[in-house]
Amino acid sequence: MAVPEQTVTQRRAPTDWRGEKMRGRLRRRYRSERAFRLLGLGAVSLSALFLAFLLWTMVSNGFTGFLQTEVRLPIRLDPVTLQLSSSQLAGGNADQALASADIEAVTLQAARNIYGENARQILSEGAWIYVRDALKADPTLLGQQIDLWVPVSSELDLIAKDRATPEILVRAGETYRSLDQQGAIRTALNTRFLTAADSTDPTLVGIWGAFKGSLLTMLVTLVLAFPVGVLSALYLEEYAPKNRWTDLIEVSINNLAAVPSIIFGLLGLAVFLNVMHLPRSAPIVGGLTLALMTLPVIVIAGRNAIKSVPPSIRDAALGIGASRVQVVFHHVLPLALPGILTGTIIGMARALGETAPLLMIGMRAFISAAPEGLTAPATALPVQIFLWSDEVSRGFVEKTSAAIIVLLAFLLAMNGVAIYLRNKFERRW
Amino acid sequence: MDQTAPAAPGTTKMIARDVNVYYGETHAIKNISIDIGQEHVTAFIGPSGCGKSTFLRTLNRMNDTIDNARFEGRIELDGEDIYAPDMDVVQLRARVGMVFQKPNPFPKSIFENVAYGPRIHGLAAGKAELDQIVERSLRRAGLWEEVKDRLQDSGTALSGGQQQRLCIARAIAVDPEVILMDEPCSALDPIATAKIEELIHDLRGRYAIVIVTHNMQQAARVSQKTAFFHLGTLVEYGDTSDIFTNPRETRTKDYITGRYG
Repeated sequence: MAVPEQTVTQRRAPTDWRGEKMRGRLRRRYRSERAFRLLGLGAVSLSALFLAFLLWTMVSNGFTGFLQTEVRLPIRLDPVTLQLSSSQLAGGNADQALASADIEAVTLQAARNIYGENARQILSEGAWIYVRDALKADPTLLGQQIDLWVPVSSELDLIAKDRATPEILVRAGETYRSLDQQGAIRTALNTRFLTAADSTDPTLVGIWGAFKGSLLTMLVTLVLAFPVGVLSALYLEEYAPKNRWTDLIEVSINNLAAVPSIIFGLLGLAVFLNVMHLPRSAPIVGGLTLALMTLPVIVIAGRNAIKSVPPSIRDAALGIGASRVQVVFHHVLPLALPGILTGTIIGMARALGETAPLLMIGMRAFISAAPEGLTAPATALPVQIFLWSDEVSRGFVEKTSAAIIVLLAFLLAMNGVAIYLRNKFERRW
Repeated sequence: MDQTAPAAPGTTKMIARDVNVYYGETHAIKNISIDIGQEHVTAFIGPSGCGKSTFLRTLNRMNDTIDNARFEGRIELDGEDIYAPDMDVVQLRARVGMVFQKPNPFPKSIFENVAYGPRIHGLAAGKAELDQIVERSLRRAGLWEEVKDRLQDSGTALSGGQQQRLCIARAIAVDPEVILMDEPCSALDPIATAKIEELIHDLRGRYAIVIVTHNMQQAARVSQKTAFFHLGTLVEYGDTSDIFTNPRETRTKDYITGRYG
């Protein structure tokens, strides 16, 4: 652009730093900085608010899931009606003897004796399990008259926890009030929730089955995805030549990380179940599927962490005659490990909360016992939450929230371990 | 122009003949031949980008780590072709040590920094011998008195000059025959620089030393032989006193008198 002759030769007037125009510019600058700070603050408080709301909803809905309402049941454990003898209970076949004894009928009869025909409405369907367990724990109770606290039915439980619908109150409100007046109702910790597996009766469900399922699944995922992911990242960064093939691999890995999880579920179904004939609903298959999903995340995070190790460290090690493998394992990997662990946490956290792929490989089945091993049928925490949220019975509402609390606690524990490890490795340097 | 440098008097440690290095399409080193003497400190000088660092890195094959670098020619260490297929690069780099432009201690303890080399090459029979090697190396690097009470502190916590001397100690610890120094003082203050120069002076004779420097005075102070590089070629190589007082080439004269570079 041509500049007019005189503007070049003309002396510019000194800049008026205090003029009206400058002051206006200054005001605008201050305003925009203030606005930006407020926006940022607003965004942070909004997310904090959402988080608080989520936690409050979960805890207020869910904490009663860890409690259960119990009713007093005076019961006479008569050997004759139970068809049990103390010698049977003392022997090694106590479980068998207890299983064949008609404890359920005796329990119901005992309830009828004190609460009349209402007994079925008062007692949980699984009240007899508590009688059995008491007998198993202490065989000397046989033949004695004892007072046992057994769980109430789901409806009474809801009334006790102030969560009953009007219909339930109409049906069972009166019964509950009279029991309460007799002092036959108490609230206790629901130990069964933390030790049992799924059930059709909300008063009998437990989260342990799903918890153990998740634990085993995550174990398989970690054992597979972590070493394979880290070694892949190391190879791609430190060894592989940079050419079209490695570019292709890089693009593929990035794409894999973005593939919807249900696709991985389909892959697991097709490969692990249909081709390899691994057992359905098993943690091993769940772990394999989730490992496939987690692998690209770990590889990407690992490569970034390895890239950020300064090249001068590699030079230093090579310069005194360290081999490539020594450079990688003595220097690069330890320095990259905190970053790799961060990526692993993100991948594992995502895998822990994943539901869709597990549905595809059959981990949504109703499983009433905690899995015994990697090939036993199991379910996982998010799937269990999904299943319970789908239940008609109102008693499952608080159980769903309680299960979510357990899932969040699991997640926090997992992250805690990872953060501890990360800090430990960072401190070494 | 005569590209072949005269043979250095005394014992020759390394010989380079017709060395060419290409980075992809770029011809970085053009037909360089040079002899490195055993008892000398040899300085490489020249303007930025003239290939002196690249050439230095061919002497212990550090250029191998650069993906698109290609080497032609012949370099011998005690008559042994270091680019021969049966030459082990890892051992070569232990014999021809290197100190870099930026101090790059490992983010480990001072002790570990020095002990790392002897450990991976199995040079120490036990803890006591390793301790000895570490002490001897730190003493030779003139760092022992400053760090002997804090060997377990991190090497990265030292000052820049101390870090560089630690790097020299680390190179010495594997008992090399040649030490290559790539602008070892460019990141240091004058006092730290003086200490390194003093150290180079002390190390002369025990190791053949090649130093790349941008600092004319430094080259004049520490070296007995000076090679002037320009645009990938070796312009002049000879006794430092001759190069600085009576250069044969006008380009050399222009450079050392600060006409360009």
